[in-house]
Amino acid sequence: MKLNINGKVLDIDAQGDTPLLWALRDHLDVKEVKFGCGAGLCGACTVHIDGQPARSCQVPISAVTNNKITTINGLPATLSKKIKDAWIAEEVPQCGYCQHGQMMSAAALLTKNKNPSDNDITNAMDGNICRCGTYSRIRRAIHRAAKA
Amino acid sequence: MDRRSFIKTSSVVSTGLIIGIGANQQIAIGAEAIDTNAWLRIAPDNTVTINNARSEMGQDTYTTMAMLIVEELEYPLNKVKIEIAPANAVYINSLLGGQITGGSTSVREAWDKLRLVGATAKAQLIAAAAAKWNVPVTSVTANQGMLSSGKNRATYGEMATAASTIKVTGTPTLKSPQEYRYIGKAFPRLDTPTKVNGTAIYGIDVRQPDMLVASLAQSPVIGGKVKSVDSSATKALKGIDAVVEIPDGVAVLAKDFYLAQKGRDALKIEWQNGDTKATDSMAAIEQGLRAAHQKNGAIVGKLGNFANPLQAGEKTITAEYMMPYQAHATLEPVNCAAYVHNGECHVWGPIQFQQGAQGVAAAAAGVAPEKVFIHTTFLGGGYGRKLELDFISQAVAISKASGKAIRLLWTREDDMTHDFYRPISLHTVSASVDAKGKITGLSSKMTSQSVTARAFPPFVVDGNDPFMNEGSVNLTYDIPNLRIENVIHETGVRVGYWRAVSNNLNTFALESFIDEVAAQTSQDPVKMRMDLLSKHPRAQKVLATAAKKAGWGENRSNGHTLGVAQTEAYGAYIAVIAEISIGKDAKATPKVHKLTAVVDPGVAVRPDQIKAQLESGMLLGLSSAMKTQITFKDGAVEQKNFDSYPMMRMSEAPLMDITIIEGGGKPSGMGEVGVPSVAPAVVNAIASATGKRIRSLPIIKV
Repeated sequence: MKLNINGKVLDIDAQGDTPLLWALRDHLDVKEVKFGCGAGLCGACTVHIDGQPARSCQVPISAVTNNKITTINGLPATLSKKIKDAWIAEEVPQCGYCQHGQMMSAAALLTKNKNPSDNDITNAMDGNICRCGTYSRIRRAIHRAAKA
Repeated sequence: MDRRSFIKTSSVVSTGLIIGIGANQQIAIGAEAIDTNAWLRIAPDNTVTINNARSEMGQDTYTTMAMLIVEELEYPLNKVKIEIAPANAVYINSLLGGQITGGSTSVREAWDKLRLVGATAKAQLIAAAAAKWNVPVTSVTANQGMLSSGKNRATYGEMATAASTIKVTGTPTLKSPQEYRYIGKAFPRLDTPTKVNGTAIYGIDVRQPDMLVASLAQSPVIGGKVKSVDSSATKALKGIDAVVEIPDGVAVLAKDFYLAQKGRDALKIEWQNGDTKATDSMAAIEQGLRAAHQKNGAIVGKLGNFANPLQAGEKTITAEYMMPYQAHATLEPVNCAAYVHNGECHVWGPIQFQQGAQGVAAAAAGVAPEKVFIHTTFLGGGYGRKLELDFISQAVAISKASGKAIRLLWTREDDMTHDFYRPISLHTVSASVDAKGKITGLSSKMTSQSVTARAFPPFVVDGNDPFMNEGSVNLTYDIPNLRIENVIHETGVRVGYWRAVSNNLNTFALESFIDEVAAQTSQDPVKMRMDLLSKHPRAQKVLATAAKKAGWGENRSNGHTLGVAQTEAYGAYIAVIAEISIGKDAKATPKVHKLTAVVDPGVAVRPDQIKAQLESGMLLGLSSAMKTQITFKDGAVEQKNFDSYPMMRMSEAPLMDITIIEGGGKPSGMGEVGVPSVAPAVVNAIASATGKRIRSLPIIKV
């Protein structure tokens, strides 16, 4: 089986029903994608599938062999830089574990909405849990990235 | 074996790699001797490497510990290389007696110690340069990695070898606050770039050659043992490498976690759970708690007529409060990697207690503690969960039983149902109030479980667990007759230290109660507290500032109400004012719009990170006040994932307005102080809106 990850087509020797999360983490060494709940409840494992945010713990790899799978390091360079720079400028991460998923949800929002309102941000980000409570900084970072 | 014996047997780190500064440099500080070698080394190429001995779990020890050293060393912080310290007695946290990250102690303990490490190394470098250049020591300046005197110039690295042979006498003078380059200033965290590009390594990210992933079947009842196991269906599956039994359950090993889980799901296990009668229902737990509450406990705080603190003939007010169990629910589920091989044991993982880890790993591996090597990773949240050692024993036992390098990963459900929970508590608080509305006597009785009795039993003496007194014996109010009593009652639930520990329990009860007294005596809750705080001017200033910032006493056209709470914790004073609204119908749930907090940390070592810790602590406090709780049925935890343990999301997070007032002296702890005051501030605001008092959390029962 083959998967297209961040623009590279990679061979994978895993069962077709394997969730994308575990294919990425345990077979392809894409470790920025994190495991939080395994049930689509926390957003830590968020990636983009053909540009749409998806919970990789809920997607079997057999369903995405013809799709483009993207992490923060495979986003368009300008968008990736804007988001990373904003996250650094606002000192968003504490433990940092959820932040890749947060940034991927933010990237999806900023791709379709260049100037999101507070409500737009809340709606886009409400599926991503941060136990450290960095929500106010995430909000500021998204506004900052939108202006960059 | 208890954990304290592990502390004593910890090994001494190899010094072979250390180049440069201080072969035997010892600094006397109090009763301790500090080996600067353990903390920093300077290479000939002028690279400074600092060992961070306090686990980074979000609270910024990664940057702050190094910063305290380079502040005095005079070296650019952004050029420092940081490594994570191994388990070693030299890294013992003198406030806790072990190499432990917890109790909001990291900065408090390091404040003098690490600055002296930097100052001593700088003094050695200056002495070496003075000798080489044949100039007076006083003519040599050290600035951002460069030494100079007149036209003489050298990097620290060029002087490092010579400096390492110089012994500094006396204690170096530390910089005055006006000279600080980093302390109190804004500069970035050093771990952020790796946390935004995905290269930061958490426990779950550890990989070693041929490492297999393990999923562990454990009894739904914590502590249950395997009675019988049929693993034939598991072994028949494709891709299963091994099935091994360990004391806590049965582990299935595979190349990816999905296969390991699939294998685990196919196991047929009969569990031996013992008698679960005590935890068959919350009613059973509460019944036991209430029975114990009738008993006499340890009097842990007393003042004036403590035997009968309530004054006869005055108005008496009594109220009862109850707090539920809480889970740590770190977003990174419990995990640990281990490899027992060739008489050595390596452990990689999210660890808050390195020597404890070393001790339990040695026991599980059957090797001496000095043959155990602890590699602490970044922690995807800690909040006290990763002080525990259960997952370390399990990982080592699985590696030993299988002979493989393994990484154990728990599912979210494993994590939620096998935590060490914040204890349940029952409180009765009573006061007598004179005709002027002044509290003349107060009695507070808490019945709860003792975490310390399980984790560090020697610290519980005559029924007094000092960690249960946090938030009660340090009451800041001037009340002449006082009785603080704790009853330890074990319900059968496994309990652990949870961010801010008993401050959460006692502050909820006491700060709710003070508001009830204010309401029943027609006093303004802020004014009444200001009067009672007459002996704590710093607390008064914090409270007055919070009241002003939140607009206390001002007319509000939006129907919102305010509630206040204040406390002292970990050396910091804090006041929190919650602004809420609530609908009129009986089932209306409150919305928290804003939390205004003012904190006095003594010295604001990292102002933006103090704010970050308060933002974090307050939202954890709010999450646990509003909706989350752990309950038991048939001996097992009922909540399994974030649907039934609904932690706060962005849409529920209020605005936060945080102000820092530096009261001077030494820095306080900051990691936990944001948590305790939020719950009472919110219920006080609700009582102000509805007249109805919530005395049992969570506010919304899901």
